[in-house]
Amino acid sequence: MEDKQKKATAYWKENVRYLFILLFIWFLVSFGAGILFKDFLNTFKLGGFKLGFWFAQQGSIYVFVVLIFVYVYLMNKLDKKYGYNE
Amino acid sequence: MSVQTWTYLLVGITFALYIGIAIWSRAGSTKEFYVAGGGVSPLANGMATAADWMSAASFISMAGIIAFAGYDGSVYLMGWTGGYVLLALLLAPYLRKFGKFTVPDFIGERYYSNTARMVAVFCALIVSFTYVAGQMRGVGVVFSRFLQVEIDTGVIIGMVIVLFYAVLGGMKGITYTQVAQYCVLIFAFMVPAIYISFQMTGNPVPQLGMGTTFNDGSGTFLLDRLNGLSTELGFAEYTDGSKSMIDVFAITLALMVGTAGLPHVIVRFFTVKRVKDARKSAGLALLLIAILYTTAPAISVFSKINLINTVSKQPYIDMPVWFKNWEETGLLSFEDKNRDGLIQYLADPNQNELTVDNDIMVLANPEIANLPAWVIALVAAGGLAAALSTAAGLLLVISSSVSHDLIKKIFLPNISEKGELWSARAAATVAVVVAGYFGIHPPGFVAAVVALAFGLAAASFFPAIVLGIFYKKMNKEGAIGGMIVGISLMLFYMAKFKLGWLGEIPDKSEWWFGISPEGFGTVAMIVNFIVAIAINKFTPEPPLEVQEIVEHIRIPSGAGDAIEH
Repeated sequence: MEDKQKKATAYWKENVRYLFILLFIWFLVSFGAGILFKDFLNTFKLGGFKLGFWFAQQGSIYVFVVLIFVYVYLMNKLDKKYGYNE
Repeated sequence: MSVQTWTYLLVGITFALYIGIAIWSRAGSTKEFYVAGGGVSPLANGMATAADWMSAASFISMAGIIAFAGYDGSVYLMGWTGGYVLLALLLAPYLRKFGKFTVPDFIGERYYSNTARMVAVFCALIVSFTYVAGQMRGVGVVFSRFLQVEIDTGVIIGMVIVLFYAVLGGMKGITYTQVAQYCVLIFAFMVPAIYISFQMTGNPVPQLGMGTTFNDGSGTFLLDRLNGLSTELGFAEYTDGSKSMIDVFAITLALMVGTAGLPHVIVRFFTVKRVKDARKSAGLALLLIAILYTTAPAISVFSKINLINTVSKQPYIDMPVWFKNWEETGLLSFEDKNRDGLIQYLADPNQNELTVDNDIMVLANPEIANLPAWVIALVAAGGLAAALSTAAGLLLVISSSVSHDLIKKIFLPNISEKGELWSARAAATVAVVVAGYFGIHPPGFVAAVVALAFGLAAASFFPAIVLGIFYKKMNKEGAIGGMIVGISLMLFYMAKFKLGWLGEIPDKSEWWFGISPEGFGTVAMIVNFIVAIAINKFTPEPPLEVQEIVEHIRIPSGAGDAIEH
């Protein structure tokens, strides 16, 4: 019982650590690059896009999709490590 | 064939398809009615979620709103996609593991209280009804333009179709019709976009096309030309907005959190088999949504340039047929203020002579770009698919909140399975009729309130669910207090600054922290969190068995079916 509890706590800790990292990136690309630092990034260009504008209307969305799939991959690995996969 | 014939043909075929699917996937039990039996594959659920999510607003209005708002339109693009990251990481897997039928069900069980359940039902009904009325109106608008029937007749036709498959099939019928509707709507959205992108830039990928040069050999970037045209006519530069940074920040966050807290989206994740399927299908849903959401801003750029080139300083009598067609619907109007026979499209309201409704940008886009008739008809079928799929998802939330959370859990706990199924169908029928009534007689505030449904969801559900999962010691007093304060504050701010129910609507300068009603959900959500945690400190801990439930939902294995309890 004690072991089972420990395992669950360790699993949860790693899960929460992943969440912090992934949500930090989530915040960075949308609120950071698309809003707070937009004017600075707009001094750079990506093809015909000003960079801040590109993050706000394109880039952040691509990163969101990638983030969820990275999360799926990390969690599936974590589930296996702790024997919670099914 | 004419546009009219094509439209009848395509709309007819797609409607027959939806009805066919509904008959094939009738619900036989409450479990099938509420969560489609719980065995939907991640891909099917991803497609259904995408269709559920992308409403008439996403399909018809969004590209147009962005075309006129430029950078400011980014709040919708980031807000309505970024919420899926929150949903996938913070909510979906745990709610699936919890394994209940509805969002109020989770709140009621986690906070061991029927009061909490009632508050959640109340919030779910407010959010869903405001949202669904807008969808029925969208159905009416598409019908009236493309099939030349009255808007009201269009709403009634839409009601009958939705009634048929929502009432008969419940979640099971809705899921598989939504899969079909996703295919229809994404095809309908992409075909004209690819056509126009190729026409203007030589690049068939709209996401890339909007960032390249015209293919007329001028070497000018589209966005540079658009910035130039905008400033010439007195507007702000397209790639710069006119909203303040704090407001853009607040609106984006409110839309993201609201998206993650919308009951009709969350409930879709109860329909898959395992926790890992819930995670994967959230990823697939966002991928499928992102196809439309990254294309929409490209359509905005193409159609805005096309519109300005077609109308600005051109003689009114030379306007093409689509101009006259849309004038008849009232979505486009021209008033020759200086009587020179030319159309002045300018930022200055005293000189501007052209009023364009946002919705035209998508609906008229194929006509403006001279695309073939079948493409124009396809857009009509796509708009209907988007509106109907969202309406059906919302109606299901309304009917399950009533039949499961109110009737079964509170008023008539001994009701039989069959009785509950029939009450779910009756509730769905009543909900369709009410939604249709609002579609035909839209109270002035419906359109305004749809955008605020997100603020309401952010202010009520999101904190209660997140705390319920991530803070084991969160108790019922805190959660109920937080939800009530959050939603009341949001309703108050809406009433004061948007609807004008408390005297005259105050000027922008009086907004709290410079945040508009659309973005105020962010503030109300933060207040909800603070109130909940503060009350929690002074009230008893939740019982041990509830804390054990929380530990249990954090472990993904052994999710089992979404079961009756």
